[in-house]
Amino acid sequence: MSSILLVGLGAFFGANSRYIVSRWISVRWKRSFPLATFLVNVVGSFWLGFLIGNDVRTSVMLLIGTGFLGSFTTFSTFKLESIQLHLKEERKVVLLYTVLSYGVGIPLAYIGYLIAHH
Amino acid sequence: MLYLLIGLAGSFGAILRYALGELFYNPDIIFPFPTLIANLLGSFVLAWFTTHIVWKFRLSDEVKAIIGTGFVGSFTTFSTLSVETVTLFQESHVFLAFLYIFSSIGGGLVMSRIGFRHRKLEPKR
Repeated sequence: MSSILLVGLGAFFGANSRYIVSRWISVRWKRSFPLATFLVNVVGSFWLGFLIGNDVRTSVMLLIGTGFLGSFTTFSTFKLESIQLHLKEERKVVLLYTVLSYGVGIPLAYIGYLIAHH
Repeated sequence: MLYLLIGLAGSFGAILRYALGELFYNPDIIFPFPTLIANLLGSFVLAWFTTHIVWKFRLSDEVKAIIGTGFVGSFTTFSTLSVETVTLFQESHVFLAFLYIFSSIGGGLVMSRIGFRHRKLEPKR
């Protein structure tokens, strides 16, 4: 029961943080590249790697890892934005968005892990 | 008030993702099925909700943010996907790591596209 509460509490702030970042960026960034989702995903990947590298307690992992960072980052919006861009014939942006999200997110998770682990 | 509801919806989404992970937890299976399932399912649901349900029931931007950004957005995740891929590489499961990346890319786009509805094709009511 307490693990569910930890995940839920972390996610409460994770989802709101993502919403605030996307609102903040949407009024400042007018290009078609979905900068907000890209940023939360790669930044969240770094910090989750960092958390795993630190070998934190299970309760901290549930609160900040599964809850906060799990909800701060998102996959469904990433894919919906890709499909919307694809249907607007913005194929190059879709390719860039996909390559950068995985190509930056995964290495950043590893770098976060290495920084914490050494 | 909106932040409270987005937060609560996000909590439910994340708890559901966590429960899915616990339910399908199997130490014998290396491939991260639970995250992949949550991500693919959520990709379908978000596209369908955003392009069909919001339009059909004339939902406000607030309700769209609560359910779409809060609930479905938190049900799916990218950080776990990144870390799981790193773990697969670290344990020398290079093939599984690439399989995970490509099934996330391909599966996510296909599921989102299946859920997507063109509003112009819908009959007027």
